[in-house]
Amino acid sequence: MKNSTLPTGISLWRKILNKLMTVLIIVTVVLAVIPLLLILGDVFIRGAPAISIGFLTKLPTAPNVPGGGIANAIVGSFTMVGIASLISVPIGVGAGIYFSEWSSSKLSTVSGFMNDVLTGFPSIVLGLFVFVVIVLTTKQFSAFAAGVALSLVMLPIIARTTSESLKLVPTTLREASLALGIPRWKTVLRIVINTGKNGLLTGILLAVARATGETAPILLTASTSVYFAKSIFQPTASLTVLIYNYGTSASRIWQTQAWGAALVLILIMLGLNLLVKFTVGRHLSGSRVET
Amino acid sequence: MRFRLPRGDTILKIVLVAAAVFIIAIVVGLAIELYLGSAQSIRTFGFSFLAGTKWLPTQNVLSALPFIYGTLLTSAIAIVIGFPISLGVAVFISEKLKSHQNFGYALGTVVDLLAAVPSVIYGLWGVFVLIPILRDYVEVPLHKSLGFIPLFSGNPFGYDFFTAGVILAIMIIPTMSAVTRDVLSVVPNSQREAMYSLGATDWEVTQKSVLPYARSGIFGAFVLGLGRAFGETMAVTMVIGNIPNITTNLFSAGATLSSLIANEFGESSGVYQSAVIEIGLILFFVALLVNFLARFLLWRMTRGTRVKN
Amino acid sequence: MSDDKNVDLSEVKLATKDLKARFGKLQVLKGINLTFPENKVTAIMGPSGCGKTTLIRCLNRIHELTPNAKVEGEVILDGVNIYSPQVDPVTIRRRIGMVFQKANPFPTMSIYDNAVAGLKLAGVRNKELLDSMAEKSLRMAFLWDEVKNDLKKSGTNLSGGQQQRLCIARALAVEPEIILMDEPCSALDPIATAKIEESIASLKKDFTIVIVTHNLQQAARVSDYTAFMYLGQLMEFGSTKDIFERPKNPLTEKYITGEFG
Repeated sequence: MKNSTLPTGISLWRKILNKLMTVLIIVTVVLAVIPLLLILGDVFIRGAPAISIGFLTKLPTAPNVPGGGIANAIVGSFTMVGIASLISVPIGVGAGIYFSEWSSSKLSTVSGFMNDVLTGFPSIVLGLFVFVVIVLTTKQFSAFAAGVALSLVMLPIIARTTSESLKLVPTTLREASLALGIPRWKTVLRIVINTGKNGLLTGILLAVARATGETAPILLTASTSVYFAKSIFQPTASLTVLIYNYGTSASRIWQTQAWGAALVLILIMLGLNLLVKFTVGRHLSGSRVET
Repeated sequence: MRFRLPRGDTILKIVLVAAAVFIIAIVVGLAIELYLGSAQSIRTFGFSFLAGTKWLPTQNVLSALPFIYGTLLTSAIAIVIGFPISLGVAVFISEKLKSHQNFGYALGTVVDLLAAVPSVIYGLWGVFVLIPILRDYVEVPLHKSLGFIPLFSGNPFGYDFFTAGVILAIMIIPTMSAVTRDVLSVVPNSQREAMYSLGATDWEVTQKSVLPYARSGIFGAFVLGLGRAFGETMAVTMVIGNIPNITTNLFSAGATLSSLIANEFGESSGVYQSAVIEIGLILFFVALLVNFLARFLLWRMTRGTRVKN
Repeated sequence: MSDDKNVDLSEVKLATKDLKARFGKLQVLKGINLTFPENKVTAIMGPSGCGKTTLIRCLNRIHELTPNAKVEGEVILDGVNIYSPQVDPVTIRRRIGMVFQKANPFPTMSIYDNAVAGLKLAGVRNKELLDSMAEKSLRMAFLWDEVKNDLKKSGTNLSGGQQQRLCIARALAVEPEIILMDEPCSALDPIATAKIEESIASLKKDFTIVIVTHNLQQAARVSDYTAFMYLGQLMEFGSTKDIFERPKNPLTEKYITGEFG
């Protein structure tokens, strides 16, 4: 059968369109990457002048008085994330183990679904929740309340990554252990977790990184302070809220310090994220947790 | 002799079940507490809270519509800008970099890094870098040349819906492109090869076989991005101007549900505070809805209501 | 090592010349010289791993789409090497169609749209032309009667055998000169297989067909010529009758009698 009705060859328009789309696609990649370079670049360039030993170790001063520092904010952030971890790690890992080892139960399905919903939930709503439940009732802003709010941000991430890492542990391992007469609780705690501990650690680190960068929940629960907090039940400063307050202020000095604080925060976050990539590399790259 | 489960097993299961139940309790508790907190406002304003257009705390006239509008408008701008870019990045990594897996992985990592930048730093950058650039190089020229179109009719100061939308776009690109990338990688190669063997160019293969096959998942990524945009707070608050406003003018200041909460949560007056909490309740439901929709779409893609053999 | 004394060279539609192919470092095809006579069915058979699928995928330039795949040598269609730089692979792939091992209709398209997919790509817009080509190719694939009232239904609602015939129709619609079939019946039951073999017998009037199969009886049933491959090399080629009744290569004989493969 000879070609009678069809155009032979390929039309010029199709060739042009093919090339055009390739160019457009490359343009989108460039557009996606440029903001990252600009932001990181600006943080480094504008933040570096503010950094000094004093900056990192002193307390804040009044708005237009130079020489202030962000020491209390750094301590505050660590405190809040620390409290959040104390709450969210045990519960998150526990739930994650349950999702993985008792995956067929109805509770697992329902709770797992709720967990997915909670992941990536607007953190300001979580902060508002803790604001209503703790801050309004105790009539007190506190690092504790912020810790609770941040734990709600971290919890679903940890539960999800724990569950996914443990699911990767081969069933044969569990079966062999049980067949040897080792009780289930020991099998789970010693053997399964030991095998999956890399993934667990990654998930926890990812969650910690997320929490460190959060602002809204802390804004609503710990407010801010110019002093070191004497207890966790007082208003406490944090890096992120400081950046927000200083960045939106009219003081030139404070604005520069905002960039400095931003640089410190970025360095902490990049450090945490690099730690994640190095502990596990490629195989858990599927746990993009904001989804 | 009766058979008894080892004590350790029972204890472990109780502890783990408690953890799982806790998660459900959180979500339920969230809904309940927000509802209780908004009760006063709901009693006072009823349905007019959702329909009215004014937010005047001093006159006790409060309604959520300007903030719903702000959330929708900024998210729409974010999607219009961010979705095509995300799609392009995903297609590039998934289709063009097949022979260069390492470069694809590196590029994916770079884009994902955008997701790790805290919202408040986006806001800081937005205030000091993006606003001047957008105002002088985009908004003012647009206003001068196309100012007769309602979209561009306002006098641009930079703190407006448009800037907020652009920042949101940058922030949601990593999420959408990552999910889209995953979704495209699930498309079987035999589909691509079938299209190639009919005599198709690279773009035609992508356009006519890969994207249609993955459309459920791509839509899921789209909705997920939308959900992120709805809930974003700090970056938006810092660049949007925080003045409740319903207008088609993109260069007007505005406010969103989340920016309102961030600004006004500390108000002590009973009804006013209750109204702020009600705004939070609205945001809660919007986020829930969008989340459900996105997960359903992505579930459909992976479980496959597709090829039935 | 090809034996083509019984093929008149003026009837050769497609030929390979020292065709080599590899995946990264793995050399799958080690220099194949094969001819495919026009309007005849040529079967390519051999044990798993002999390279027959790679060979057929080189014939329409699909092999090179796999990452790290390389092709050397020539494939000559009507006197022109399809691998020469002046030739656009897109046009070649329309002239040489392919049916895959597992039926792969486009799930988001209807039966009708599947059938005319290639035509629409080529720029055909005329509705009457599309309708008539759809009917023509579905008839040639022996599928028309079963689907003529359901053309708008999804392509995936059909049985496995019907889906494969749909894929055949899809390939036919663009009026290729050669049809490549990579074990088209391996996933199908005997009845569906028989229908497809029936269509092959009638298709060869208008097309040149190359079919890869691991099913000896099928090769014997449908093909006019057979090539036997082993470990990336062509062991023997000849008319099907000769290969099955009087194989010259001891390996061929071993394969045919089932001693290995």
